[in-house]
Amino acid sequence: MDARLERILPKVQKPARYVGGEYHQIMKDKADVDLRMAFCFPDVYEIGMSNIGMRILYDVINRMPGVWCERVFAPWGDMDAEMRKAGIPLYALESGDPVSEFDVLGFSVGYEMAYPAVLNMLDLAGIPLRSADRPNLTPLVFAGGTSCCNPEPMAPFFDLMVVGEGEEVDCELLELFRTAQKSGWSKTQFLEAAAQIQGIYVPSFYEPDYHEDGTIKMVQTTHNAPERVTKRIIEDLDACPFPTHPIVPSTEIVHDRVNVELFRGCIRGCRFCQAGYVYRPVRPRKPETLIQQGIEALKSTGYQEATLLSLSSSDYRPLSGLCDGMLEYCEPRSISLSLPSLRADNFSMDIMSRLQKVRKGGLTFAPEAGTQRLRDAINKNVTEEDLLNSCRVAFEGGWNGVKLYFMLGLPTETDEDVLGIAELANRVLHCWRQYAKFKNRGVRITVSTSCFVPKPHSPFQWEAQVTMAEYQRKVNLLRENIRARNVTYNWHDPDTSFVEAVLSRGDRKIADVIEHVWRHGGNLEAWGDYFSFERWLNAFHDCGVDPYFYACRERGEEEIMPWEVIDMGVTRRHLRHERDQAYKAVLSPDCRKQCTACGALKLMTKGGCCDA
Amino acid sequence: MPDKLRMRFSKTGRAIWLSHLDLMRTMQRAFLRADYPLKYSEGFNPHAQISILLPLSVGVSSVCELMDFQLKEDVDLSELPARLTDVMPEGIQVHEAYPMENKAKFLKWLRVTARLEYDDRNLEEMAAGLTAFYARDSIVITRKTKRGEGETDIVPAIQSLQVKAGEKRVDLEAVISAQEPTLNPDHLIAALRQLKPELAPDFAAFTRQEVYFENGEVFR
Repeated sequence: MDARLERILPKVQKPARYVGGEYHQIMKDKADVDLRMAFCFPDVYEIGMSNIGMRILYDVINRMPGVWCERVFAPWGDMDAEMRKAGIPLYALESGDPVSEFDVLGFSVGYEMAYPAVLNMLDLAGIPLRSADRPNLTPLVFAGGTSCCNPEPMAPFFDLMVVGEGEEVDCELLELFRTAQKSGWSKTQFLEAAAQIQGIYVPSFYEPDYHEDGTIKMVQTTHNAPERVTKRIIEDLDACPFPTHPIVPSTEIVHDRVNVELFRGCIRGCRFCQAGYVYRPVRPRKPETLIQQGIEALKSTGYQEATLLSLSSSDYRPLSGLCDGMLEYCEPRSISLSLPSLRADNFSMDIMSRLQKVRKGGLTFAPEAGTQRLRDAINKNVTEEDLLNSCRVAFEGGWNGVKLYFMLGLPTETDEDVLGIAELANRVLHCWRQYAKFKNRGVRITVSTSCFVPKPHSPFQWEAQVTMAEYQRKVNLLRENIRARNVTYNWHDPDTSFVEAVLSRGDRKIADVIEHVWRHGGNLEAWGDYFSFERWLNAFHDCGVDPYFYACRERGEEEIMPWEVIDMGVTRRHLRHERDQAYKAVLSPDCRKQCTACGALKLMTKGGCCDA
Repeated sequence: MPDKLRMRFSKTGRAIWLSHLDLMRTMQRAFLRADYPLKYSEGFNPHAQISILLPLSVGVSSVCELMDFQLKEDVDLSELPARLTDVMPEGIQVHEAYPMENKAKFLKWLRVTARLEYDDRNLEEMAAGLTAFYARDSIVITRKTKRGEGETDIVPAIQSLQVKAGEKRVDLEAVISAQEPTLNPDHLIAALRQLKPELAPDFAAFTRQEVYFENGEVFR
């Protein structure tokens, strides 16, 4: 171990995060490796190691002969300061080698608030932040992850961005890079070739031109790059490798368990939900595959918990059989099975009761909106009856806590919808009084609200976010009307949501703001410990950027969006149609009932149907 | 009913940064990976019946850790060390496993070595100073206890202590009381910082080498 590192580790919190050496980490002999990739996650170890995408890609990339992919996470503030003081550059966990010595850096960027941390990591590695300041082929700095569906705010920093699922395209990219290195290509030569691969966006080959009002006039494409970049998907998910020998962190992380990924995409089409649109089309794995992979992973890791992951697990047709198959292995070994993302319906409650035989803590439901009208407007197919039935089953079954999540500021929302949240909470309380099995234990009903952030590639991409003052007014209205002693109301501050709204629908002008925030001390902005709203406001001001233009402005129907260069499969026409249906409070059928021709199916070259 | 068992293992290299809790979790998972059925407590929240005799501070290496455990069935103990080591994170190595005979409370002394690093001092001078310092009749240090600060004389807890100047560092070797009272090796350095700061090293790294009975015999 680096002698300088040995000296600083005793001074920082949770040093085990910074040393690697975990069971199943992949070590390779450098003599057999001709391409080294640093997989960079712009958040701390506990978050990054909990990310299933990172674990999948680490496995897939390391299967490539001659390629060694290592992990790099953002250090917490104390470690960051000690590293800078001791002159230790950002290093990879497996080898301990400085990231600047790697051929390729791949950032996994899942959420916008991580942008400043990307810049901090580049700086700590001693690598220039902007693509234009890195003239050489190495190190290549690219990004992938959900936030790349609007690549523009980070466009000047990355050499290229990967749109969609990475299992295949990452490997194609690395193979091309290897060819480029061997043949002595220039960076531009390499990027020109890379831009021809489906799913790869090279920001420097696209030049946006703006109207006087700041909206986009047109985007000029250069270097023969395609006009629109279509995202990549894995067509046959069942045949795609899944890590059955994942790294077992020695120190505790957020999601410390075996992951079983049931399917990608979602049949529902909730109109506020970006994930529900950008991960289309729906593609399941077979239950036999999942049981086999799940058991293999449990055996190889020694984990005592497995979780069944997807965007909406109750929509997985073979869920019951899958649970039976997993329980057959898990129950005799006291391994617990968890199922997040369940819908509030009877079927789900039945499954829950089977899984949670002992500890019964709280249950979480996300009705999202307080009235049926608004739930219809956002296409959240949950009725009050469904919810109350689920609560009844829960209370009868011995649960004594329910958390209810809502959003304030959804399009078409009125005060009646806000008050509906308080009423719904009261009905849940009433339901407990009527049906609870153990009344003497009391009940905890928690209502949480956050401020709605309109996202790119969702039907609400044209909408204005409510102002922070308006959100606060709604919060106060709700506070005054939640009176029952057993109901607690928590609300998220709107300032983070406001910044998130600017970043998620931003264009290239936002890049300067992100850099300004980092230069003035911004780093891990998703953490309350670091986020400073004032710092963001100063950055907007100093960069001459009006944040309200991005967050609180309704876009015109014909306006060219900064992210339009990315084709996520679903057509703009479909999104607009769904937005119009929202204003009429008309539901759309889920993909299983009826195909609404959203456009995502064109990504399946051999055809298919969207069902889980 | 299978016996109570004990194993001896090392915790070195990258593994020294794992906390005691991390290590307990790692052990349980490693037993599952190696397919050794640990015995669990009865009750609502079953936990594995494992116990580490002398929990180790984060950042300290050891080649003499002892852990007691129980299995649900009899196994061939001769192959257990290799099978467990195979499924451990880097830096944890199991050396031997045997039926437990000696109660933990009879473990009395601990031999530790320390690597003391001085960035720009004369190492011979430092070594001489250290020898003189630890030879004092009493070394009273202030340390944080559960009830605020307390004063302790660490001399009675030191059985022997040698210091030797090396080429790039000063080596310290000491036999100290492991239990009743417990002397944390770190207190040897804390004493310097508090009473003789000019001798305090820029960095110190400890390794536990061996554990003994009261009478000086090796404890197993």
